[in-house]
Amino acid sequence: MSSAMYERMRANPKFQELVARRGRFAWTLAAVVLVMFYGFVMVVAFNPLSLGQPLSEGSKLTVGVTVELFMFIFFWVLTAVYVKRANTEFDALTQEIVKEAWKENQ
Amino acid sequence: MRKLITTLSLLSLSTLAIAADAVAQTEKQATNWHAIIMFCIFVAMTMGITYWAASRTKSTSDFYTAGGGITGFQNGLAIAGDYMSAATLLGLTAMVYTQGYDGYIYMLCFFAGWPIILFLMAERLRNLGKFTFSDITAYRLDQGKVRTMAAISSLTVVCFYLIAQMVGAGQLIKLLFGLEYNTAIFVVGLLMMVYVTFGGMVATTWVQIIKAVMLLSGGTLVMFLAMSEFGFSFTNLLEKATAVHKLGDKLMYPGALLKDPVTAISLGLGLMFGTAGLPHILMRFFTVTDAKEARKSVLYASGFVAYFFNVIFLMGLCGILIVGQNPEFFEGGTIGGKLIGGGNMVAMHLAKAVGGNMLLGFLAAVAFATILAVVSGLALAGASAISHDIYARVIMKGQASEATEIRVSKIATICLGFVAIVLGILFEKMNIAFMVGLAFGVAAAANFPVLILSMYWKGLTTKGALWGGYSGLISAVCFVLFSKSVWVDVLGNKAALFPYTQPALFAMPIAFLMAYIMSKADASARAKQEIEAYEDQYVRAQTGYGAASASNH
Repeated sequence: MSSAMYERMRANPKFQELVARRGRFAWTLAAVVLVMFYGFVMVVAFNPLSLGQPLSEGSKLTVGVTVELFMFIFFWVLTAVYVKRANTEFDALTQEIVKEAWKENQ
Repeated sequence: MRKLITTLSLLSLSTLAIAADAVAQTEKQATNWHAIIMFCIFVAMTMGITYWAASRTKSTSDFYTAGGGITGFQNGLAIAGDYMSAATLLGLTAMVYTQGYDGYIYMLCFFAGWPIILFLMAERLRNLGKFTFSDITAYRLDQGKVRTMAAISSLTVVCFYLIAQMVGAGQLIKLLFGLEYNTAIFVVGLLMMVYVTFGGMVATTWVQIIKAVMLLSGGTLVMFLAMSEFGFSFTNLLEKATAVHKLGDKLMYPGALLKDPVTAISLGLGLMFGTAGLPHILMRFFTVTDAKEARKSVLYASGFVAYFFNVIFLMGLCGILIVGQNPEFFEGGTIGGKLIGGGNMVAMHLAKAVGGNMLLGFLAAVAFATILAVVSGLALAGASAISHDIYARVIMKGQASEATEIRVSKIATICLGFVAIVLGILFEKMNIAFMVGLAFGVAAAANFPVLILSMYWKGLTTKGALWGGYSGLISAVCFVLFSKSVWVDVLGNKAALFPYTQPALFAMPIAFLMAYIMSKADASARAKQEIEAYEDQYVRAQTGYGAASASNH
């Protein structure tokens, strides 16, 4: 029974749209995090001195601290952006798909 | 110095281990009554909650997942409570105190896995899983074989993590409360058994939430009081800290911890994907109502974790001046000598310096509460692997009644509690670093690859999952066993057979490759069915239709 439901949902063009849109969004964000994080790890491994440079002449604030603080905040903002879009736009689309599959069922 | 650096890099995966290791050689301290009274208040409060939770824990779903009725915010706090151990507070503060910027780099590694878990896993975990993550790996594969494999690697992770927590707990408590090591181990083990057997996931969740609130507020208060001495100016603090620290300007440079690129990358992988393979963390995703709340949980959890890591960074830097320049905190009163109670007491001394004995007592109680919360989460994850996966699904083939399944999981919890106590006592003198390393390594190499493939790759078959899971498990264990931390330091051999201390970079590809090759090589009719079954699983993963729903009371 539920297999028929799944079959109908899969056939719905909206399902393909949901999967494509959410997939593209999630993978883009994941790629941003992975590239930034492993990029940072590479700098730590291969060019550590660059991270200890002062941000500006005479300042005690270093590049490394600033970059890292930025990543903490930026990564968290990305999670907020994803949650916001997934919990509104994508979830609404999901509900439509499930509803339409139910309707056909009757 | 060199020795310190090698020791620290061995401990790189395990801040807890850093704490416990340095504490190991310290003397038992005078009984700290402030701490004991505050801890008793915490225990009384959580016992009250356990009593209340026991009346609401009737079905298996109540026991394993609190009936699936936890909100995203509550679960976010509980995840943060589950993830941040006493070591985070003590070990990372100490690391910033001695190594400066290196400590901050570690914290980013511990944090960066969370966004990835959200983007790629949280939703599918909630939509496909019910009680344990094996529900997902075994979704369309051979239940018996795949669940057995997943339960074995879950239990391996849980046991190593438990040993590390218990040994760390015993040593910290000896130090903070002035209790005997064995007494401390028994107290932790028994309290954990009470929480989990009577209150199940409901009680465990609340213990974790209360502990997270205590940890966040206690840390914030200490940071605030300490920063007030520097006019709340970060540059002022940095200027003064680099002026007095023995590393000088090098304090803000990446140090020797991550010098070797292979170690740095392997560590990054191990921490990021190890987090995504820890059974007690994954289990928390099944306690919320739906995918929406699961996503919110990660949002809140990662917010709390990120915030707290930055608080710790500030605490460590303040400690350099407030603790590091005060002869009162050094043995014999010589600044720059050995800190009273060992290197990991920086956070505690800082609390005393800025808030007196009351604040010290509070922070000590927080550390104990933290250990209890983490240990309870681990015990519940281990017990569910035994009762839900092995007993109910493999042995009884899904024919067990809920009542017997709960009984089995309670017995399993009590057994795990005693195992934890015995192991905690046996391993008292042992370097526990490799066990946490092993826990993260196994989680990243055995749990994570099969889990992510089962969700994302249509072609995964039972044969592939088994080969991937077992090869990841065995290779991670072997790499750690043959690395310097065990082969040389523990077993006393001359040279390490495996040159790196971090297994993830090597064990993870083995697991993925074996899963891929063996799935491709599997041409059986069963494999064909499993691949076809992916289609329905995929729709459920995407839409949540048919997902286990919250039970109504």
